[in-house]
Amino acid sequence: MSENTIVILGNGISGVTCARHIRKNNPNITITIVSAETRHFFSRTALMYIYMGHMKYEHTKPYADDFWEKNDIKLLFGWVKAIDFSNQELNFEDGEVVSYKQLVLATGSKPNMFGWPGQDLNGVQGLYSYQDLLNMEKNTQDIQHAVLVGGGLIGVEMAEMLASRKIPVTFLVREKGFWDNILPKEEAALVGRHIREHHIDLKLDTELKEIIGDEKGQVKAVKTSHGEIINCQFVGLTAGVSPNIALFKNSDLNTNRGILVDDQFRTNLPNVYAIGDCAEFNKPPGKDRKNIEQVWYTGRMHGETLAHNLTHEKKVGYTPGIWFNSAKFFDIEYQTYGHVPPTWENPTRSFYWESASGKVALRFLFDQEDRILGMNAFGWRMRHEFFDRAIKEGWKADRVIGQLDKANFNPEFHKKFYKQLLDKYNSENGTSIPLPRQSFIQKLIGSRSWNRT
Amino acid sequence: MKLLQNSGLVLFIIGLLVFTGIPFSGSYQLDRTMVRDHTKEMHQDAMLEVLEPIYEKTYASNFSFIKDFNDFFNAYNEELKEEQAWDKVIWDDYAFALTKAASSGPVEDAPLLFLALSIGLAVLGGLLYTLPLYRNKPAGIKHDGIYFSSMKARGWLGIITGTYLIVFYIILYWYPEYLTNLVIMVDPLSILLSGGPASQWFLYGLIYTLAILVMGVRMFRKYKGNNYQTIRTASVMFFQLAFAFLIPEILVLFNMPWHDFKNIWPLDYSFFYEYRIEGMVSSGALGMFMLIWGIILIVIGVPVFTYFYGKRWYCSWVCGCGGLAETVGDPYRQLSDKSLKAWQVERYLVHGVLVLAVVMTAVTITNYFMEFGMLEQATNQFHSIYGFAIGSAFAGVIGTGFYPFMGNRVWCRFGCPLAAYLGLVQRFKSRFRITTNGGQCISCGNCSTYCEMGIDVRWYAQRGQNIVRSSCVGCGVCSAVCPRGVLKLENGQEAGRINDMPIIIGNESIKVKS
Repeated sequence: MSENTIVILGNGISGVTCARHIRKNNPNITITIVSAETRHFFSRTALMYIYMGHMKYEHTKPYADDFWEKNDIKLLFGWVKAIDFSNQELNFEDGEVVSYKQLVLATGSKPNMFGWPGQDLNGVQGLYSYQDLLNMEKNTQDIQHAVLVGGGLIGVEMAEMLASRKIPVTFLVREKGFWDNILPKEEAALVGRHIREHHIDLKLDTELKEIIGDEKGQVKAVKTSHGEIINCQFVGLTAGVSPNIALFKNSDLNTNRGILVDDQFRTNLPNVYAIGDCAEFNKPPGKDRKNIEQVWYTGRMHGETLAHNLTHEKKVGYTPGIWFNSAKFFDIEYQTYGHVPPTWENPTRSFYWESASGKVALRFLFDQEDRILGMNAFGWRMRHEFFDRAIKEGWKADRVIGQLDKANFNPEFHKKFYKQLLDKYNSENGTSIPLPRQSFIQKLIGSRSWNRT
Repeated sequence: MKLLQNSGLVLFIIGLLVFTGIPFSGSYQLDRTMVRDHTKEMHQDAMLEVLEPIYEKTYASNFSFIKDFNDFFNAYNEELKEEQAWDKVIWDDYAFALTKAASSGPVEDAPLLFLALSIGLAVLGGLLYTLPLYRNKPAGIKHDGIYFSSMKARGWLGIITGTYLIVFYIILYWYPEYLTNLVIMVDPLSILLSGGPASQWFLYGLIYTLAILVMGVRMFRKYKGNNYQTIRTASVMFFQLAFAFLIPEILVLFNMPWHDFKNIWPLDYSFFYEYRIEGMVSSGALGMFMLIWGIILIVIGVPVFTYFYGKRWYCSWVCGCGGLAETVGDPYRQLSDKSLKAWQVERYLVHGVLVLAVVMTAVTITNYFMEFGMLEQATNQFHSIYGFAIGSAFAGVIGTGFYPFMGNRVWCRFGCPLAAYLGLVQRFKSRFRITTNGGQCISCGNCSTYCEMGIDVRWYAQRGQNIVRSSCVGCGVCSAVCPRGVLKLENGQEAGRINDMPIIIGNESIKVKS
């Protein structure tokens, strides 16, 4: 064992980003990535496309299999049974023992199970890991009906997956609007309509009471909070995820909902760090930020930042920039920049525009001084760089709205909605922001990419 | 709707079977007049004598006729070769012309009926199948089940399709005499357009054009709501129908050389061949225009258009090979090899072919002006090697026959010298790039999987880097399939186009250079 041996537990986006950046910063450190999920890093967000037949598993691997050897990153495929923090050793199920100088925990999440009666029946599952995908493949063979519980992003993914195999789906959502603990009312309604357009039986304001099994322990129906019994052979539980920390319960590692870390991802134990979904910050990393960050992008940033600290004398604290996220609800893409809560109060001001088709929408929030706080985009691609800068610099509403042509990231020849949006904005606010005109030459030589200045 | 589509499928298969069966029909009988009509004066006496044994004989199939024809014809040539009487050897290929003349039977009696039953049914069936596609479905990506499909994921249907195409191309290029009945079938159409009887190339052009039109309709259905795809597809359909099919035939009607105004050297590798140059020069003002227009495209058109729009202006908007790849080939786009190895092979091969084409053309032009004996032989050798290996085997047999095995852009990616030329301009002096949208990439892999040119788009996207690659034909599908709106094809100022050390937006802790 060399002096600098870093072991990373988990080969998701956080762990792998961390490993890659350690290697970039230092060619000599010994790096080992441990996982029992898959031998190689794959994109978790792409699991759905394997089920839908858009891709095969190998297409979801962002790096070729020989990438790891070329970069001298060891991959260890095996299940860690216990961690001996005092001796700095990992104990594997097959008896192997691996020691470390520094340990990075990046164990991700697991689907939430709220103790519903019948949640352990066959044919009932969540969707997070590669194994979940294999199970879903098996569990949905020749079934007539599926029920999904919980209205989040994974729920929509599962609905889309099942719909691609022409399996009828009933979707139980506790809230009154789809994902309305995150989305404002109009956006939640837009997504709900689109889900129904895809023939998903979306039941809002409906909770799961019980999952009913047959004599063989196989799910045969669910009972809702309205007393309705829905026959089904598959139940997808998608009521969020929580940190996957079962391995560290009853150890010296301080945990709450996740592994507790400071702003440099240090746990209470020396030489042990935690990043990604499984980490819980002692205090939120920024204004309007949560203590646990469970999206792809934050996982990547955690990995980048910790890699820097593990390879530099001068440590930095994790300082995320302007929040951004994205998702896709069936055919409608969603992007968000900055802070857009589901509800707000005066003096925060909102401007919302929706197309006649009800499938394209933009929302902007401005503070009392008319500075942009954040925006939601549905069915209209926006330039990340534009809003990152506009929000960071606190651009005024008229400036943001007047330059949306520069923010537009839709493909060329895409239907243009800018004039409609401007008309609505101008009439609501008594302004007269003109539609930016392009000269003939500018039109002729095609779209202009945004000028970074 | 399902019923309509299924009957479309059945009609298509019937049409295909009739098409495949037609070459085996009819009987063959040769007489002296035919030989006189279809051979050059210098060969007439010899040919009349060589073919003496087969006059008056009726052959029940083209196989037996062609076998006898070849036996006698080859025996004659062999003898002369042994005597080293090289100047008497007949190098011309009369097999196709004479088989076509000798053929008689139902197809010759009712060509239009068989045209309707074969190509007609296939087109009708194809339209019945494609027009109702995705009816009442919201606009969006239609890739469900592609990797479960036998046709689209190298299953047995794909293998059969590929094999059929390969066999068809081999016969078309090197044994067209076996296709004479099909050519007879399209004679009336050819006479209507150009005033003359059809060749195997007219037959091929007709099928090619119809395939692009029918599968173009499929593209309209599949990419409903994506205007870039719709307009681009309409463009390749137009250029194929008008520029590659109708206009050249109509030129022939007016005694002009057959000319495709949108084909550019070195894809159009015979542009500087002596017979082409002389054909143009001797055809008056229009002929001169052909020559000058062709040269302008090479020296000014390619660099200027590629500077402003990238090579897509040609490869996925105008080109005939690209047109076929983007329509007929679209179901196979995901089969291209994305490995680093494939990229290496691609660079050697495609630039190798470009060098070969340039050298060949240089020799040709030198010979044109010098008329030096040795050089003329070398030129002819060069032409036949290039025509065989690149023009036929690579562009045709491999280029299209391999769609179901290696994706729809095998020729464009590994072989097309014009693509190599356009690519050099695109890589080093152009305003075109695919912009990566900050830090929004989730590395899902849809872009790379559906890149027909085998570019690992995700490699760039996930590190926040713009995609500037010589091979990118700008089809726009990576942008279409991206679930997070990360990719945008753009023409913009050159500054910042290539960002080798991008900074991913979102992390203020450190400046992350990927």
